[in-house]
Amino acid sequence: MRFGILVFPGSNCDHDCYHVLKHVMGQDVRYIWHKDGDLKGFDCLVLPGGFSYGDYLRTGSIARFSPVMDDVVSFANKGGLVLGICNGFQILTESGLLPGVLMMNKDLKFICSDVNLKVENNSTVFTSGYKAGEVISLPIAHGDGNFFIDGPELAALRDRDGVVFTYSTAEGEVSPEANPNGSVDNIAGIINKAGNVLGLMPHPERASESILGGEDGRVLFQSIIEGFVLS
Amino acid sequence: MEITAELVAEHGLSTDEYERVVKELGREPNYVELGIFSVMWSEHCSYKSSRVHLKGFPTTGPQVIEGPGENAGVVDIGEGLACVFKMESHNHPSFIEPYQGAATGVGGIMRDIFTMGARPVANLNSLFFGTFQHKKTPYLIDGVVAGIAGYGNCMGVPTVGGALYLNDSYSGNCLVNVMTAGIVKTDKIFKGTATGTGNPIIYVGSKTGRDGIHGATMASDVFGEGGEERRPTVQVGDPFTEKLLLEACLELFKTDYIVGIQDMGAAGLTSSSVEMASRGGAGIEIDMDRIPRREEGMTSYELLLSESQERMLIVAKQGMEDKVKAIFTKWDLDCEVVGKVIKEETVRILEGGQIVADIPVTILTESAPQYDRPAEKPAWQDTVQALDMGSVPAPDDYNEVLLRLLASPNISSRESIYSQFDFMVRSDTVVSPGSDAAVVRIKGTNRSIALTVDCNPLHCYLDPRAGASAAVAEAARNLVVSGARPLALTDCLNFGNPERPEIMWQFREAIAGIKASCHALNVPVIGGNVSLYNETRGEGIYPTPSIGMLGLIEDNSLITRQWFQEAGHVIALLGSTRPGLGGTEYLRSIHGLEQGVAPKVNLEEEKSLHKACLEVIKTGIILSAHDCSEGGLAVALAEAALNPTGPVGVDVDLGVTPNLRSDELLFAETHGRIILSLTENNLSILEGICAAHGVPLQVIGRTVEHGFAVKGLINTSLKSLESAFRDSLSPLIRGEATP
Repeated sequence: MRFGILVFPGSNCDHDCYHVLKHVMGQDVRYIWHKDGDLKGFDCLVLPGGFSYGDYLRTGSIARFSPVMDDVVSFANKGGLVLGICNGFQILTESGLLPGVLMMNKDLKFICSDVNLKVENNSTVFTSGYKAGEVISLPIAHGDGNFFIDGPELAALRDRDGVVFTYSTAEGEVSPEANPNGSVDNIAGIINKAGNVLGLMPHPERASESILGGEDGRVLFQSIIEGFVLS
Repeated sequence: MEITAELVAEHGLSTDEYERVVKELGREPNYVELGIFSVMWSEHCSYKSSRVHLKGFPTTGPQVIEGPGENAGVVDIGEGLACVFKMESHNHPSFIEPYQGAATGVGGIMRDIFTMGARPVANLNSLFFGTFQHKKTPYLIDGVVAGIAGYGNCMGVPTVGGALYLNDSYSGNCLVNVMTAGIVKTDKIFKGTATGTGNPIIYVGSKTGRDGIHGATMASDVFGEGGEERRPTVQVGDPFTEKLLLEACLELFKTDYIVGIQDMGAAGLTSSSVEMASRGGAGIEIDMDRIPRREEGMTSYELLLSESQERMLIVAKQGMEDKVKAIFTKWDLDCEVVGKVIKEETVRILEGGQIVADIPVTILTESAPQYDRPAEKPAWQDTVQALDMGSVPAPDDYNEVLLRLLASPNISSRESIYSQFDFMVRSDTVVSPGSDAAVVRIKGTNRSIALTVDCNPLHCYLDPRAGASAAVAEAARNLVVSGARPLALTDCLNFGNPERPEIMWQFREAIAGIKASCHALNVPVIGGNVSLYNETRGEGIYPTPSIGMLGLIEDNSLITRQWFQEAGHVIALLGSTRPGLGGTEYLRSIHGLEQGVAPKVNLEEEKSLHKACLEVIKTGIILSAHDCSEGGLAVALAEAALNPTGPVGVDVDLGVTPNLRSDELLFAETHGRIILSLTENNLSILEGICAAHGVPLQVIGRTVEHGFAVKGLINTSLKSLESAFRDSLSPLIRGEATP
C-alpha cells in the first residue's frame, strides 16, 4: 500500500507520520511537496499536523489554496483515502472535504496532553480495528481544536454516523469534564459521507510505539492497511 | 554625523572605550562605525567583564567534538552521531515584552543549533520571575510561556523540560534562559567561518527591518524607570519563516555548496559577519544595497544593527550561488549574494559604491576592552548566612507543612505551563516534562539523550560558590537517576551589574563553584552565555548560574523515571541527610526566612553516588529513581508517589538520628541523595553495589496501596498530596488565587 504524506510549508508532523508508516507499519511511503501535484499511484494521503503557513490567518485556511489541494480534492472525490491529523483536519474542513470548523480552544491556550477518546464508529476503514465504544488514549497538541458545526449540520453528521471519535473519561463517559477544548458534543474526529476522508485532532502517530507510552494510535494505521488488503 | 560625547554615551561606550576606538582605528570612527563598535564592544557580544574569569573551565574530553567558541558546543553520542546544544538568555527583552522576548529567544537558540548542521530535537527553558506578590508576575509568566509555546510549537521542536523559580529578586528583571539540543552526523557539522578569497557571501531568510536595533546594547545595561520605553528594541519573531529556514538549511547541508554559515542573532549582520571573518582569518565585504529589506529608506547603520529574526549569512563556494538560491527559492525565502570574502582582514561595508565602514576584524574582536573588575564580598553576606536554629520553631503539624510545600510555586506541578508546550512532536519524547530529566530517543538507534536544567538561586545567594557547584551536581544527578551518563554542560550566567564589586564577587565565586564540580564530576563546559546587568533600580537579581546538561543513555531499556510504580516495592535512600536548614524551601515558605548556610556538595561522595546509581540502574533492577532537592526528602517522596498514571502509597520510617531535628530529617536539602524503588528480592544487589562504592544505603520503607505515611511525623491521603501539588500553580498564574 502506498501512502503519500503531504508537506505544506510549516507542516511539522510529516516526519512522525512517515516514521510510523514506514518503520513501524512497514509501508511504502513518500513525501509530496505541496507544489508538486502528482498523486497518481497513491492509495492513501495523509495531511499531517503542524502550522501550515504559520496558521497566521486561520488554521488551514491558506494551505487549502496550495497547488496540491485541488488534486487532493479530486483524489478524495474519486474515493481515495485521505487522513487529516490536527492541522491536516483543519485543512480538510477549510477545503470543504469535511464539514464544520476548528476554532481556538475554549480557554485560548495551546494544550499538549494525553486524552481519552471514545470510538463512536468502528465501521469505518480507519477504525475497524477498534471495538465499538472502546476507550483509547491518544495525545492532543493544538491551540485550535474546538470543533464547531451548526445544529442542522450536526444532526446530519450524527444521522450518518459521521462522528468517529469523541473526548471521554477513562470510563467512556462523554462529559463536559472530559472535553479539553470546547468542541461541540466533545467531537474529536469525523468522517465524510463517502467514508474515505477522516479528520481528527488527536495524534495517532504519536501513540504507535510502546516506548512512547502507548500503541492505541497504531490500530488506526493497522485498520487502514488491513482494509486496503481486503479490498 | 558628528561624533559627540553624547552620541558616544548613547551608544553605551565609556569615554575610555571611545578613546580606545580612536587609538586602535588611528582615526575617529564615522557614525556607522560607531554603531558597529557599540554592539561589538557591548558586554553582550564582547564578554568584556566576564572573559577573564571564563578561562579555566574544563572544556575538553574524549566526547567533546566542539567546545566553546562556535555557535554551540558539540558532543559525540556514538553511532556516528553528535548532539549540538547550548543555552542562552533572553532576559531583558522578555521583561520588556514577554511574548516576543521569549519567542525570539527560542528562535535564536534554535538557529544557533541548526546553523551547525543539526536538526533541533529538544527545547528546554529555565525561567525566573518575581513572586506572585508582584502584580506583574502573572502577566510576565503568561506572556513568556505563551511566547515559548508559540515559537517552539510552530517550529515542531518539542519543549521537553524546564525549571521555574520565583523569588522577589526577579520582580524587576525576570530571567528567560532557553536551551536547544540538536542531532547531527559527526561528519556533517557546519561552522560559522568565512574562508576562500572571492567566495560569495549569501544572505538568506527574512528581510531586514528596523526591529531590534541596539538590542545587544540594551541587554548590556541596567533597567531604570520606564524600561517599557525600550520596547522597540525587542525583536518580533516569525516562527513560520524560521521553520522554512530550518528546512531549507537542512536541505542545503546535504550538499557541498557552502564553506560556512552563521545565524544573525544579537547585533545582526554586524556580529555575524565579524564572527565569520574572525574565525576564518579573512575579511568580508558587504554591499548594503543588496540587503533584502522590509522598507525603503533604511540606512546602512540600521541595516547593520537590526536584529530582525530568521536570517542567516552563508559563505558559499564560488559558482554555487545559483544552486544555493534554488533551495531557498523552493522554500519561498529571500536569498541574495550580498558580498564576498576578501583577503584583507577587515569588515568593509559598501553603500552606493562608497565605503561607509572599514574596520579591521581584530580591532572589533581581540582589541575589545577586557576588564578585571574589582570584586568584594558583600558586607551582608555573613549576616544572611547566620541562622539561629533556636529561633526556628518546630511545627506542630507536619502534614500541613508538607502540603504547603507541595503547593509552593517553587515546588508544585508545572503541568499548567508545560501543557502549553508541544512536548511530543517529532515522536521521540520518551520521558515527558515532570520527571527529573527529559529523555528523547534517537530514532534508528537504541540510544537516547537525557536533558535537564538546574539552579537554586537561593542557595547561590547565600553562598554563590556552593550554590553554583550544587547546580552542576544536581543537574548531573538528575541525569544519572534517569539512567544517563552526563556528557557535557552549557551554562547561562545571569548576574547583576558587574561594575559593582559585590556582583563581581558573586560572579567569581559562582564560576569557581562550577569549575570545582565540573572537574570532580568530569563534565566539561562546551558553551553558554553570560548575562550581566540584570538589575532594576540598583537591586541585583540573586546570582543565577543556570546549568543545562546533556546525558547519554546507551540502552533504552535502562530509561528510569522518578515515580513509584505500584504497591509492594522497597524504598531505599542512597546518601545521608545532614543537619542544617539553611536555604531550604521549608525555611523560606514556612518560616519566611531566606537565611542560613546553603548546603554544600561533597564532591567525592557525589561522584561515588553517581557511579553507584548508574551501575545499579544498569543491572535493570531499579523501578524508579528520584533526586532529592527543593523541599528535601519528604517532598521527594511525595513527588515519587504522585505518578501521573495514578498515585502510589508510601509507608516509610526515617528512624531517629540523634543530631537531626524532625524538620531537618524531612526538609533539609542535603545534596547527594537519591530515592530508589525496587523489589525486595533485588535488595542484595543494590547493597552490594552501594557497599562497593562506599555509598550509604538505608531501606526506609515500602510502597503501599493507600496513603502517605512517615512514621510518627506525617500521615495524609494521596488525594490531598495530589491536589496540593497539582492544583496550586495555575490559579496563581491566572490571578484567581492570592499567594
